[in-house]
Amino acid sequence: MATSPRLDAKIPDGPLETKWTKYRSTVPLVNPANKRKLEVIVVGTGLAGASAAATLAELGYKVKAFCFQDSPRRAHSIAAQGGINAAKNYQNDGDSVYRLFYDTIKGGDFRAREANVYRLAEVSGNIIDQCVAQGVPFAREYGGLLSNRSFGGTQVQRTFYAAGQTGQQLLLGAYSALQRQVGAGTVKMYSRHEMLDVVIIDGKCRGIIARNLITGEIERHFGHAVLLASGGYGNVFYLSTNAMGSNVTAAWKAHKKGAFFGNPCFTQIHPTCIPVSGDHQSKLTLMSESLRNDGRIWVPKKKDDNRAPGDIPEDERDYYLERRYPAFGNLVPRDIASRAAKERCDAGYGVGASKLAVYLDYASAIERYGIAEANKNNIHNPSAEEIRQLGKAVVKEKYGNLFDMYKQITGEDPYEVPMRIYPAVHYTMGGLWVDYNLMTTVPGLYALGEANFSDHGANRLGASALMQGLADGYFVIPYTIGDYLSKEIRTPAISTDHEAFVETEKAVKERISNLLNIQGKTSPEHFHRQLGKIMWDKCGMARNREGLLSAIDEIRALRAEFWKDVRVMGGADEFNPELDKASRVADFLELGELMCIDALKREESCGGHFREEFQTEEGEALRDDENFAFVSAWEYKNESEWELHKEDLKFENIKIAQRSYK
Amino acid sequence: MNITLKVWRQKNSRSEGYFETHQLSGISPDMSFLEMFDVLNEKLVSENKEPVAFDHDCREGICGMCSMYINGRPHGPLKGVTTCQLHMRSFSDGDTIVVEPWRAEAFPVIKDLVVDRTAFDRIIASGGYVSVNTGNAQDANNIPVPKEHADEAFQSAACIGCGACVAACKNASAMLFVSAKVSQLALLPQGQAERAARAEKMVAQMDAEGFGACTNTGACSAECPKEISLENIARLNREFLNAKVASKLH
Repeated sequence: MATSPRLDAKIPDGPLETKWTKYRSTVPLVNPANKRKLEVIVVGTGLAGASAAATLAELGYKVKAFCFQDSPRRAHSIAAQGGINAAKNYQNDGDSVYRLFYDTIKGGDFRAREANVYRLAEVSGNIIDQCVAQGVPFAREYGGLLSNRSFGGTQVQRTFYAAGQTGQQLLLGAYSALQRQVGAGTVKMYSRHEMLDVVIIDGKCRGIIARNLITGEIERHFGHAVLLASGGYGNVFYLSTNAMGSNVTAAWKAHKKGAFFGNPCFTQIHPTCIPVSGDHQSKLTLMSESLRNDGRIWVPKKKDDNRAPGDIPEDERDYYLERRYPAFGNLVPRDIASRAAKERCDAGYGVGASKLAVYLDYASAIERYGIAEANKNNIHNPSAEEIRQLGKAVVKEKYGNLFDMYKQITGEDPYEVPMRIYPAVHYTMGGLWVDYNLMTTVPGLYALGEANFSDHGANRLGASALMQGLADGYFVIPYTIGDYLSKEIRTPAISTDHEAFVETEKAVKERISNLLNIQGKTSPEHFHRQLGKIMWDKCGMARNREGLLSAIDEIRALRAEFWKDVRVMGGADEFNPELDKASRVADFLELGELMCIDALKREESCGGHFREEFQTEEGEALRDDENFAFVSAWEYKNESEWELHKEDLKFENIKIAQRSYK
Repeated sequence: MNITLKVWRQKNSRSEGYFETHQLSGISPDMSFLEMFDVLNEKLVSENKEPVAFDHDCREGICGMCSMYINGRPHGPLKGVTTCQLHMRSFSDGDTIVVEPWRAEAFPVIKDLVVDRTAFDRIIASGGYVSVNTGNAQDANNIPVPKEHADEAFQSAACIGCGACVAACKNASAMLFVSAKVSQLALLPQGQAERAARAEKMVAQMDAEGFGACTNTGACSAECPKEISLENIARLNREFLNAKVASKLH
């Protein structure tokens, strides 16, 4: 297999360990006077976007940042709970850059690019330093040093955290850095703005068309380069742990203008979410993976056991992760934990009213912590109740906000009864294809964070999304963008009266008026829900050829129906959330088809992509390295028409092997 | 459940607003408050009427976007809970629920229940940060922070910037919001260099935005969905006084 000539990953030569250092010292620079003349557009203000916008402005570039929320501080990175990985080895437990690199490649089931992942591991430590310097209040030990915990797919403690609100604290750190630049006048912030297309001039990306969501005005913005940090596309499933507004629109528009889409079918289904409670459900809520540090997952050994969990004695419980994967136990990676939960529920051992749930139990952790606290505080012969109270206090400190959230949503107290959890769509490893510089196949157009495909292969490890977002924004793009912008210093700002801006704006306006003029009978919400059901049933945790083929037909039919029958209330020239929603759903209806095509084409199982036809006797994912050790990069040709390009994955520093956590 | 909803409608910041009454039936107690609004909006669309605009995003209580003033209280009847995490089981069958936007001069209404809170962003831009460029940081463990200080700073940093404090305050003061950020950074060694200037600048920006004065009634903290403590305001007053005594700004 050979890599398509259209996909030059631009990986620097030399040994893995020195690639980045050497590259950084040799990448062309832009002098400060020229930086002031170069304009950069950043779309999205989550961890990747805010950190990139702030850092590029610090360097002297003129930056414009866009977000659809009312404030950059509300990007969905804010909801990340458990933590951020970094190879600091503060716990002296054998961690290293190589080990983080190895864990990430293995966790991704050998479907990520070695050079990018190694760089990620290399800069991980700098991220923690940077965030602490900004005043991010990470959890600390009594000695004043930083505290760590474990996450799935690793055997070291490398996860830094701030209770169950790590994403919030990191984003507020990046947001404060961004606001500092806004205050200094080096970043112009456009909140409540949605990017609706990119503008291409002479083959290079030169700006965007955006809609002011308050007034409805369509605006043209020029940039010498455009950075998409617009997040993932999990909401194609309708129900996911993503925020309601999270969408694929920016990435999809870029895709239709020439940016290849990488591995669209690689979706992460997170094992520990609060189960669906009814048809009214609008979104799903994650219970952080960090809970698997201390919680134990089980189902009854007996089928259809309707006893209350407390009435089921210890020897009638099946701690199935500990049983199947003794080496990693409850801390197996997410794809494996999710499939194992589905397997138990499908086999009839599920719990709760829907039988689509398993228990996540804190009773033994509360007892263990209680005894430790009693010892620490010189309490001799504590009563069982004293131990429970002491243990509860420790659990509350570590996970209090998560327990409160669970109680609020379900009405049950998880300190008293085990939580009920079930897998849900959480993250998308796929995204715009990028090279080592994070540039897409369109010159001048970059993709950062969850919006690109680059680092997580077929499955992302917990606490690595925050790491990647901040690595891309703080430490990668500020260097790699120099490679492109150093050649742009002679390009003056292009007037937005240029024909390409005018034409693109016209197309955007036409699409909006098309949506408004259909005046059908069905709400955008309804179409979204239908699409989500197709995707979840046929392109979700388990996929097969027949299902995918029928999903493709169903999505095409649904899309045709949408363009005939959608009803969008309100007008174009006002604040109109229904219009925003309809426009996003229209893009999801195209993306869903590509995801199914990609899943159909990849005739192997790897990471989160589980094709039922390809599994081992024990029901584990069966990879086919001979035929599928490549990145799928799809080029958009026409409606329902794509061309597949392949980027061969070479593993020169890791021995590729069947992934085992047993 | 059957619910009577009295909801504020306002076309834009220039128009006058009014209450509109809707009857909803078949509401499940397990629904979140915003899912009840989803049901209302689906119903309105099916009747060819314009849906109610409201801000919401994460629906997990952390992004701070949702902002409904429910039966006279920001985020509704429960303590420490955002609108999105409020569930219909907190209400009774047959209840009448009144829903309004945040009301404050510094938060003009954009449409229906949606208000403009960019004043908060401008306050942060005026000084709510540590001035450290990317790439200048020393090793993280070279800055030890006593656990109790780190924990206290975290409690202040947990603010989600929703603006409930302003909506709850009879003077529409933003003191709780400002003081939470000032406190977080004043409690940490990283924030010391700019400590005095930060307090002065942020307070000046708060005043310029048209937020009211603080009279220490404590409604802000009582209604805060993240239970940000009133101690933050005491600390801000102290920080501000210290800064003024030694002020270099004029």
